[in-house]
Formats: sequence, structure tokens, C-alpha cells
Amino acid sequence: MALYRDQAVVLRTHKLGEADRIITLMTKSHGRLRAVAKGVRRTKSKFGARLEPASHVDIQLYVGKSLDIVVQVESIENYGDVISADYQKWTVAHAILEGGERFTNNEHEPATQQFLLITGALKALAHQSHDPLLILDAYLLRSLSIAGFAPSTADCSICGEIGPHKYFSLVGGGSVCPRCKPSASATPNPATLQLMGDLLSGNWNRADLSEVKSRREASGLVAAYLQWHLERGLKSLPYVERNVFTTESAI
Amino acid sequence: MYEGVIGQLIDQLGKLPGIGPKSAQRIAFHLIQSDRIEVEELVEVLRTVREKVKFCQICGNVSEEIECRICRDPRRDLSTICVVEESKDVVAIERTREFKGRYHVLGGAISPIDGIGPEQLRVKELLARLANTAIVEVIIATDPNLEGEATATYLARLIKPMGITISRLASGLPVGGDLEYADEVTLGRAFEGRRNLEF
Ligand SMILES: [Zn+2]
Ligand SMILES: [Zn+2]
Repeated sequence: MALYRDQAVVLRTHKLGEADRIITLMTKSHGRLRAVAKGVRRTKSKFGARLEPASHVDIQLYVGKSLDIVVQVESIENYGDVISADYQKWTVAHAILEGGERFTNNEHEPATQQFLLITGALKALAHQSHDPLLILDAYLLRSLSIAGFAPSTADCSICGEIGPHKYFSLVGGGSVCPRCKPSASATPNPATLQLMGDLLSGNWNRADLSEVKSRREASGLVAAYLQWHLERGLKSLPYVERNVFTTESAI
Repeated sequence: MYEGVIGQLIDQLGKLPGIGPKSAQRIAFHLIQSDRIEVEELVEVLRTVREKVKFCQICGNVSEEIECRICRDPRRDLSTICVVEESKDVVAIERTREFKGRYHVLGGAISPIDGIGPEQLRVKELLARLANTAIVEVIIATDPNLEGEATATYLARLIKPMGITISRLASGLPVGGDLEYADEVTLGRAFEGRRNLEF
């Protein structure tokens, strides 16, 4: 029987029949794929707990006729417990996991960069390394970048004229100079574009010091840019908790 | 693959939860080969279940009346509410005979990736119940998996400012599993050993 082993992050799970689950995985070397985990909803085997969304696992799979079958699972990092105990982190994690599905076009197509982005983002989220919303926007911007849609945040994305420029265009690919700018362009605060650039390049020292105002504006631009490039956008994005929580605001 | 009415039947069966194309095919052919009266009985019960069964106005449990059997029962303790995801979880907990209060059925768990947020569940109805009645304790009995935990986290944070004791079923339930599959003894113990949620 054909077996293979890989590292993977569980993106989502679906119930299958009476006691099984279909597990959607983002693997390090075999791309995104779905596999069947048998009996995980009924038994007390730790199998089920290891195959929850956001689990980083070492997994062994058996090549099945349509879907592969989970043979063995060892936990590498279990981010789920920490993340599910914090509602904002939980909603951010969902957007990242959904991104893993949406930024990869086909199953079994190697997507190691996307795998590394997801594990990196989940780790930062679980360890509270940065503001969860910054982690999300960094993940989304870098995923767009891998997909070939990195928005320019300084130089003009059309003629290349050295920036920063005043205008930002979804259609035009980000920052645009006054000569190239399409008619519908935003004029974000310069600090916002700098933050987006920092998130893309991984300049966390500066990103962590950014103001709430810039973070909000950057999130808005990232969401709009994502909607433009990813058909239908991300389902989870509207559920991401953006405001400081109060009982009244939740109702 | 199959044309006409058989194809339609397979398509319809395939829409049911947990039924893949192969199972749908198997059920379809089972029905075709079954006794005519048996099939008519099935059709009849499907029709009545859709007509008669509603959701309890108070707790959201399935019920043939406006209020379900448990909410109508005067012996039930009005000071405690047990929050569950689905009606089938009510059945599982009732089997333990450990819980004497009333229920609140959410209709699922929070799962943004599936487009399910608090607004898609009966969360507002729960808060309204808590605001209007003399509830002292809320026991959150969502499934022992991550969606269930995250939903418990969310609810606890909402309810805490209302000055109501919030508890979560004790561990010992199979993690990653469904509440409905927990045996009575384990589920009963989980009730006895429930812990207060601190946030
Ligand atoms: Zn230009
Ligand atoms: Zn009721």
C-alpha cells in the first residue's frame, strides 16, 4: 500500500457519515489536500484532538481511491487550545485558514510558501507576538504577494516612478503617481502605506509601533484589495473581531 | 450518471448531511427495491415531520407544540440553563438524568470559515432570556472541539458582565468528538465536575 508522510496544518474539518471526518490539510510538500480520518468523532483516541483546525501535525497518509486516508498523526504544535480561548484570535485564525484554501488553486499542487505563511501566522497568533489584526493583514498581503498580486506601497505600480505617492488604486495595483492614477483612487495616510510596506517586508519593529488609525486604514485597504483579486473575497473576513469588546457592541 | 427520476432521487439524497454519492446510490436502489407500503410510510413521515415539528419558542429545541416538553414541565429548575449546539445534544444530556434545568439550543457553533457567526445562531435569544428571567447559572455544553470551545469563550465573555455563574462541562469528554456520542456515564460525570469559566 502506498503511504506517504508530511507536515501539515489542518485548515478545516467536515463531518462524514456517522463518525468520520474529512480533513482539509495544507501540507508542506504535497500542497492542499483532503483526507478521511476514520472514527474520530466517536472514539476516545487522541487522533481526533490532533486533527482539529489550526493543528500543526506530522501526518502519515495512505493513498486512497478518491481521498487519502489518515493512518497516523503526531502533534507538532497544537495552536487550537490557545486560539479558541481568545475570540478575536479565533476569528483571525479562521480567516487565515480559509486563506490557505483560497490562495491555492488546485489540490496536490505544492504550496510550500503558503504552508510556511500559515504556520508562521498561527505561531505568532498563539504566542501573541503582535496585534492579531496585524498578523492577519501581514498574512493576507504576503499571500497576495506569492500569488503575484503584491500591491506597491511606495513606487508607482504602473510607471515605476519612485514614491511614496499620494494615490492608491485597487485596479492600478497599489501606489500610483499623479500621472498614472486611474480616476477612482484612494488617498490614504502616508503612515498607512508605510505600515502595509512594513507588513509585506516583515519590518515588525516598525509595524508594532504603528498607530491604531493606520492599522484600521490598512485593514480596510487590504480587505478591498483582497476582494478585488480573490473572487468572492473571504467568507470569514466579516466575522473577524475588529473592535475592543463590549457587551453592547456584541449584540 | 443515472437519467431521469432515479438520477433526481440520487441527487436529492446526496444533499443530506453525511451522505456521499455512493451512499446516495445505495439508498436509492434500496428504495426502488423496497416494499411499496414501506416507501409510502417513509413519504408520509417525511411530510408530517416537516409540517408538525417546529422549534420551541423558548429554547429552540424541536417540538410539536409552541413550547417544548421540557420548557412546559413545571418540575424543571428555572434558575439554570444548559446551552447546547443542537437538539440531539438535549437528548444526550437528558439520558444522563443529571440535569434538572432548562436548555437553550444555539443551532450550531461559531465557525467563520463556514460563514457562521453569532448572528447566525440563537445568541440574541439567549441574552434576552438571561435578561428577563431569574437565571443563576448557565452551563455551556457545546461540543468538546475547537468550534465548541470558541463558542463557549464568546458566550462566557458576553454573559459574565450580567453577574451570572458560567460553567463549562468538565474534561473527560473525548476531545475532537461530538457531544452526542459521549456515553451517559462520561457525560454525567462531566456535569458533576463542571468548572466555572473565568475571564
Ligand atoms: Zn506612474
Ligand atoms: Zn423549549
